[in-house]
Amino acid sequence: MTKPTIDALAKVGDLPLGFTAKPGSTMDFKTGDWRSVRPILDREKCIHCAFCYYYCPDGVYKDMYDGKDDATKYFQADYDYCKGCGICAQECPKKAITMTLEEV
Amino acid sequence: MAKRIGMEVSLAVAEAVKLANTDVIAAYPITPQTHIVEHLSELVADGELDAAYIPVESEHSAMSSCIGSSAAGARTFTATSSQGLALMNEMIYIAPVLRVPIVLAIANRALSAPINIWNDHSDIMSVRDAGWVSVFAENGQEALDLTLISFRVAEDPEVSLPISMNIDGFTLSHFIEPILIPDQAEVDKYLPPFKPNLKLDIKDPISIGLLGAPECYTEARKATDNILWQSKNHVVKAFDEFNKVFGRQYHVVETYRHEDADTIMLMMGSIAETAMTAVDEMRDNGQKVGLVRIRLWRPFPEEELLASLSKAKHLAIIDRHAILGCSSGPVGLEVKSLLYNSNLKPNASNYIVGLGGRDVTRDDFKYIFEKASSGQVQTRCEFVGVYE
Ligand code: SF4
Ligand code: SF4
Repeated sequence: MTKPTIDALAKVGDLPLGFTAKPGSTMDFKTGDWRSVRPILDREKCIHCAFCYYYCPDGVYKDMYDGKDDATKYFQADYDYCKGCGICAQECPKKAITMTLEEV
Repeated sequence: MAKRIGMEVSLAVAEAVKLANTDVIAAYPITPQTHIVEHLSELVADGELDAAYIPVESEHSAMSSCIGSSAAGARTFTATSSQGLALMNEMIYIAPVLRVPIVLAIANRALSAPINIWNDHSDIMSVRDAGWVSVFAENGQEALDLTLISFRVAEDPEVSLPISMNIDGFTLSHFIEPILIPDQAEVDKYLPPFKPNLKLDIKDPISIGLLGAPECYTEARKATDNILWQSKNHVVKAFDEFNKVFGRQYHVVETYRHEDADTIMLMMGSIAETAMTAVDEMRDNGQKVGLVRIRLWRPFPEEELLASLSKAKHLAIIDRHAILGCSSGPVGLEVKSLLYNSNLKPNASNYIVGLGGRDVTRDDFKYIFEKASSGQVQTRCEFVGVYE
C-alpha cells in the first residue's frame, strides 16, 4: 500500500522547536493567494491622501510618488500579499478603489 | 540538613516552589488550591521568595501569563482546580506545542454540575489529551518531591514541556502531614537554573504561537506527541537523580504486594494509601490481592504497567472520573486498550469511586476485591456504592 502523498511544508523532525518562526518569514510565501476579490484603483479619482496605506491591515500599499511627476501620486497594493479584505475600498474618501472578483 | 515538620500539604507544595527559586507565579485562587498560591503570595510579599507574583483576573489569564513568562526564560509556576482548569482549557492546549516548561499544581476537584468543591479527577481528565506531562502524588512528601521533580523534568532541554502535578483536593491538599523539607543547598544541587533552549529575545527575535495550516498542523501535533513519549525516559532519569540527592526513589508505576497476587487493584492518587491498608487486612485473611498505582499518567507508562500486571488473573481498574456515555472511566479505557494489544488477558473490570469527594473506604476496596476476584467481567464500569 502506498502512503498518501501530501502537500506538507516540513517533516516532523524538521519543524523548529516550539513551532516558531524568524521575523520576515512571510517573505517566503505569497500570503495573498487565497484572496477572492482584489482592490482596483481608479487613478483619476485618487487624491494621494494615504488612507488606504494606513488602513490596510497587511501593510501592502506602496507609495508610488517619485517626488516629481504628479502622475505617480498614487498608492499601489502588492497583490502577492493583499488578502482582499476590502478595508481600503471602504475607507477611501474618493471611492477610488473597487473590489473586483478574482478570475479563477 | 532536611527538617521533618508537620505541615499542610498545600504549604509544602508552596515551599517547594520557593526552594525551586521560581521566577514567576501567575495564579488565581480557587478552592481547594487556594492555600498554595496564597502562601506563595505571602512568601513573595515578605521578600522570602524573589519572584514576580502576577495576581491575574482569571485562570485563562494565569496560563496565558505563564506561557509568556516561560517563553521569556523565567521559571514559571501556577496552580488551579476544577472550574479554574476548565477556564484555562484554551491555553492548556497551547502550551505543549509551544514547548514552554511550566509547572502546574492541580488540587484535583470535581467539575460542576452539580456545584461541588470536593475531590475527584474530573478536572485533570478534561485536559488529559492536551500534551502535558502528568504526575499524581499519593501523600504530602510526594507532593513536595514531585513539585521539585516537575521543574527538573519540564525544563530538561530535551523535554521542554509543561507538566501537571496532581494532588487530591482536600484529602491531600488540606492535610497536615510530617514532611521532610529539604534544605536549599540540596535543592540547588538537584535543580540547576533554568536555561531555556527557546527564548523570546529582542536581540534575536522569533515569532511564537503561529498559524499551522493543514500543510503543517499534523506535523506539529506529531512532533509534540513524539517528544511527550520520549519524556518518559527523562522522568525516570529525574526520579533516579532525585534519589541520589534526597534518598527517596520514585517509579513511574508503583506496586504494593503484587508479586504473587491473583487480583490487582489499579488506581491513581491518594486513595492508594487507604487501599494499601485494605490490602494488608485482606492479606491477613489470606486473600491474594495486590495494588498497582500509576504515578506517571502522561506519557502513559505502557511497559511498566504491563510488567506490573503480568501475573494478574483478575484486574480491578479504579477511576475517580466517569466518562458519561462511555463504557469505562479514563484509566479503565487506557488500561483495557493496553491489555487488548498485549498477550495479557486478566478479567478486567472498571470501578468508579469517590466522585465529588465521596469517601473511599477500606470496605469499598474489599467490596471491589470480592467483585473482581469472582472472575466475572463487567463490560460497563460500575459506580461503586451509587444509591439507586
Ligand atoms: S483589500 Fe485589504 S489587504 Fe488588500 S490592499 Fe485593501 S486593505 Fe490591504
Ligand atoms: S485612500 Fe483612496 S484617495 Fe486616498 S490614497 Fe488611497 S486610493 Fe487614493
